[in-house]
This record gives sequence, C-alpha cells and structure tokens, in this order.
Amino acid sequence: MASEQQYIDLYEQARQMVFDHAPEAMNAVRDQAFEDFKAQGFPSKRVERYKYTDLQKLFAPDYGVNINRLEIPVDPYEAFHCDVPNLSTSLYFVVNDAFYHKVQPQVHLPEGVIVGSLRDNPGFIAKYYARLAKTSEDAVTALNTMLAQDGLLVYVPKNVKVDRAIQVINILKATPQNAQRQVPDLMVNRRVLIVLEEGAEIKMLFCDHAADDKNFLATQVIEAYVGDNASLDLYCLEETHAKNVRVSNVYIDQQANSRVNHNVITLHNGTTRNKLDLTFSGEGAECACYGCVIADKQQHVDNNTLIVHKVPHCTSNELYKYVLDDQAVGAFAGRVLVEHGAQKTTSQMTNQNLTATREAHMFTQPMLEIYADDVKCAHGSTVGQLNDAALFYMRQRGISLAEAKLLLQNAFINEVIDHMQLEPLRDRLHYLVEKRFRGELNKCEGCKLCK
Amino acid sequence: MMLEVKNLHAKIGEKEILKGIDLVINDGETHAIMGPNGSGKSTLSAVLVGNPLYEVTEGEAWFNGKNLLEMKPEDRAHEGLFLSFQYPVEIPGVSMTNFMKAAINEKRKYQGLEPMNAAEFLKLQREKRKIVELDSKLANRSVNEGFSGGEKKRNEIFQMAMLEPKLSILDETDSGLDVDAMRIVAEGVNKLQTPETSCIVITHYDRLLEMIRPQYVHVLYKGRIVKTGGPELAVQIQEHGYDWIKEEIGEE
Repeated sequence: MASEQQYIDLYEQARQMVFDHAPEAMNAVRDQAFEDFKAQGFPSKRVERYKYTDLQKLFAPDYGVNINRLEIPVDPYEAFHCDVPNLSTSLYFVVNDAFYHKVQPQVHLPEGVIVGSLRDNPGFIAKYYARLAKTSEDAVTALNTMLAQDGLLVYVPKNVKVDRAIQVINILKATPQNAQRQVPDLMVNRRVLIVLEEGAEIKMLFCDHAADDKNFLATQVIEAYVGDNASLDLYCLEETHAKNVRVSNVYIDQQANSRVNHNVITLHNGTTRNKLDLTFSGEGAECACYGCVIADKQQHVDNNTLIVHKVPHCTSNELYKYVLDDQAVGAFAGRVLVEHGAQKTTSQMTNQNLTATREAHMFTQPMLEIYADDVKCAHGSTVGQLNDAALFYMRQRGISLAEAKLLLQNAFINEVIDHMQLEPLRDRLHYLVEKRFRGELNKCEGCKLCK
Repeated sequence: MMLEVKNLHAKIGEKEILKGIDLVINDGETHAIMGPNGSGKSTLSAVLVGNPLYEVTEGEAWFNGKNLLEMKPEDRAHEGLFLSFQYPVEIPGVSMTNFMKAAINEKRKYQGLEPMNAAEFLKLQREKRKIVELDSKLANRSVNEGFSGGEKKRNEIFQMAMLEPKLSILDETDSGLDVDAMRIVAEGVNKLQTPETSCIVITHYDRLLEMIRPQYVHVLYKGRIVKTGGPELAVQIQEHGYDWIKEEIGEE
C-alpha cells in the first residue's frame, strides 16, 4: 500500500494554497517537512514504534482537507454541551484544526500569558515551532507539519502561575449547519505549542469531541517546552466516536527541577494512537505519565511512550491501565532510556490490563534501556481477567453480576484517576467512567441525539 | 420449613464431593455441621449459595418453597440466604460503604422498594456496626483490604446484620479468631437471631457452639450426613474425635 501518495500529490498541487492561508513561521518549515515525509512514507508495522497500529491503512481513505480554511459554522457551546460540563475552567475552542476566535472566556489571564492562535503571534513561534517535533524522525509529525495551517499557542512568562485551568475543546465538525449537500469525510491537522518559562505554571485540559458522525482523521502534534522549575499539567481526554481516527504525537522537553503531569484518557473512540516523547534535559525534574483506556466493540487504542533520561537526578513514573471488552484491541509500548551518565535516575513503569472477553486483545511491551550504573528502575505489566472470587463474593451479597463487574472495573480504572491533580476533572471522570461502563456514553454519539 | 435439601450430589471438576445430602431446617432453628477435613462442609455451603465452581449433579434444594438450584446467586441472597465466608475476599478499590450500599439497594430493588437514601443508610450502618464492635474507619477502606483476620470475620457478621437474612451459613467463622473476637462474633450472631431466622454453623470446635447453642448437630463425612444428634454430640466429638463415628458406620 502506498497511502502517502495522495498526500504527496495534494501538497504538490495545492502548495501555494497551503502557504497562502498559513502564517510565515509555519510555512518556513513546510517544504522541509514535505521532503521528510516523502522520504519516509508512512511506517509499516515492521517499524518498532508502529508495530501495533497500521498507519498505512489509517491514512489510506480519501479525506477532505480544508486547505482554503473555509469556515464551518458551529456553535461550540452547543456542540460540546452534552458530556463535558463546565469545570470552572477558562474555556477555549479549536474547531477542527483552527483556533476559534469568536468565543473566548471572559476571565483575565495573568499579565503576559498568551492563549491564542499560532497565527497571531508569528515572531514568537519561529523560535520554538517544529524544534522538538522533528519532521525527519516521524512521518506523522512530518505530515502534520506539512499541512498544519493554524494551531494553539500557550505561553506563560517567567514565574507566572495560571491558577485557573485552561480547557481546550477540540471539536470535529465536517457538516455546516443546514448543509445542502453531502460533505466529504474530513482530515484535520492540529498543532499545539506550549512554552513555559522558568518557574511558570499552568494546567491544560484538552477534550476531543466529535460534533457530527462523519469519518474523521485527526493528526495532532503537541510541543511543550517546560523551563527550569516550571510546572505543566497536560490532560488529554478523548470522547469521540467509532468513526474517528486520532494520531497524536506529544513532545515534551523538561528543564531542571521542572514537573510534568501528563494524563491521557480514552473514554470513547474509534482508532487512537498516542505517542509521547519526553526528554529530561535538566537535573532534578519529575514527570508522572498516566493513562487509562476503556474500549469495547472494535475500538483500538495504542499508547506508545519514550522517556529519555539524559541527565542525572530525574524521576519518571508511568501508570497505564486498560479495560478491554468485546473485540477491542489495546497496545502499550513504553520505553525508558537512561543515558550514559544519568545517575540517580528513578523510574517506574506499570501497565495493567483487564480483558473482559476472549476476543479482546492486549499487547504490552514495557522496556528499560539503561546505560548508567547507579539508578533505580522498575517496569512491569499484567494482563488478566476480573477476579472470580471477588465477583462471587459480591453476588452472594446480592449484587448482580453486571453491577459487580462494573464495581470491579471502576475500581481498577479509579487507581489512575485518583492520581489526577486537577480536582474537578477527577470528580467528573469518576462519573464519566462509571457512565461509560454502564454503556450510557455511547448513546451520545457525537451529540447527534441531543440536538 | 425453611430449607429442605434432598439427596444433593455435587462435584467440582470431575471430583464428586457431596454424595447425597439430606437436611431439613425449620424457622428459628440453629444447626451445627461438623466433620473431618475434606468431608464436604464448605462445599455444601458453597453449593447452597450457588458458587459457580461447583456443579450439582443430582438432588434438590428448596428454600421457603422456592427451587434454590434454579436461582442465580444474587437472587438467593435477595431471598434471604447469607454465607459468612471462611475466607472473606479482599476487593481493592471498592469501598465498604459503596459495596454495602450496592448490596442493600439491589435487594430493595428485588423487593420492589426505592433505594435507601444516604442518611438512612449511614444510620443503619452505624447501628449495625455496633453489634460486632467494628471500627467506623473500616467503612472508608476497601472491602476486607488490610483487615486483620478478626476484622474480616466481624465484617462478615456486620454484613449479615445489614442484610438481615432468613438463613445464615457461618462457614468456620471461628477459625483464626482469638477468644474475645469469637465472643463478639457469637454474641453478634445471637443478637440477630429471631424466631423467623435460622442458622447453619460449620465448625471444628465446640467452643463456638457453647456460645451459639444449636438444637441439632450433624456430622458430615465423605459427602454424607452420617450422624445427627443434640448439642452433646459436639462435646463427644471434641473429646473423642471422629474415629468412633467412623466405626459406627462400619469404617476404619
């Protein structure tokens, strides 16, 4: 299969249009990204980091790309109205892959803080854009860089703390309201750049939401620079539908004594691939990377992480948990690389999984690669079923089998959610997870029924 | 008649363990079941409450006129059957309170009642906890997780108090308990006794039976009830073991 050809053709034919509707700093790296994409092509399943998800297949269908940046009218409040409530956050919207200017929160951000479109801050982004996300090393990052025309910029200056969490709703919508004719399936290329100066703090929550039932293909590249003693909470919650494909690459660079909490929650999806590359560049930094996945039917969720300890005295902690039902497929491949000289590294990686049926599949691959001799590293993985003895104990007390399963699955996933620092999100997730296990979240497919 | 068991046979895997049990229990009665290790005591209790590990191959069991063997385990519980487990199961991540709330409300649903409101539930929980002197801190902990052996057994009786069963089966509830804990458990069970409720006590020792006084003592041996007597039978077994009973029935 040569899925890349249609994207190469598209770029060659529409290059000028892409350039015309994008800021200069994004255009500056575009041709190089195209060359890198052409040279690499999509990875086959023989490529180590892509062995559990067939990218060739995901990118093969013919999707429309909104190169001319036609506006798709949407009322974001209505579109996302139904499941994620107001968490008393500062709320922003990204519609498909464009920052949505029309609705912005009424709160005042601390002085100097920027939450806005990449288009509006051209001088600033040239310094950071596409530096962490190297187009020569990943075909999806290259493709995203070659096609992305807008995106979200988050900047927090030195020693500024943003107390109120920033919530960004990524809305997927292909069909304009009152559309007269069929619209094509849609590909979007989202881009996020986060820059935290020394001592800066911010909490970000991204919620992926689909507002109609077309097929979507969303690529996403998030680059985050976390300065000395800065603190970043980055939560990504996906609640889309079975016809959605999400391929996300997150790149994080941590300077000395910085802290990062990264949480990826997949509550409802079609096919999802989340890649995280996190590098410790300064000593004394810490990261906690958590993930939870609830999947059923034919859903597919692949989390792939790489944590590089370049310097001594850093701590990384990973916990990913999956509950797979029906014919769902899950994959977790995590690699911790402790480089030469990165002494006194502490690292823990845990992946635990429940498969509820014989047809559900889990692939798990925890990896440790250590080139230093004074470190404390552990990794482990389990795949199992619900505890029969516990199920029976509950049934003997009158709890039905279905309810007993629900309680056990909830308890299993809650271990991840309880770690989350963002309190309103934590409470909300407890509720959403229970609803998901009860099968009630499916009823709200793309909010179609709520309209 | 509360429970009537007729010619009950059951196996686990290919191994037949119960080989024809006959047992009748009336309202308000307490029965003790004793017997050497491996004679089938725990299997009998497991089969009555519907543990899916065991397969009934022959016989019947009727509970207040209903066919027990056709009911799901949860419905047997709703009908008023309770088992105090020999080894209570730890359930990490599920709090005692949520667990009990789910149990109570499912039973109420079965009875066609509205769920109990939170205040009522907490009050009930507080009252019942006193019966077995259970620490209120345990309510916020996960079910049986990190409980001591004694706390686990007291927690079983606490659950019994909450659910108010008609027939309770205590499967070696005395094992692993010190004298004081055993007294608390026994007193708890006695407080819960009414003329309408019955109890089956499975034990190896007559000490518990001195505190929970049964009207009948049965000896289970090789999957059958081979001898039935009054409380004095428990004392004889404590003094002489089981050999004389084996001889009586014509075995070594």
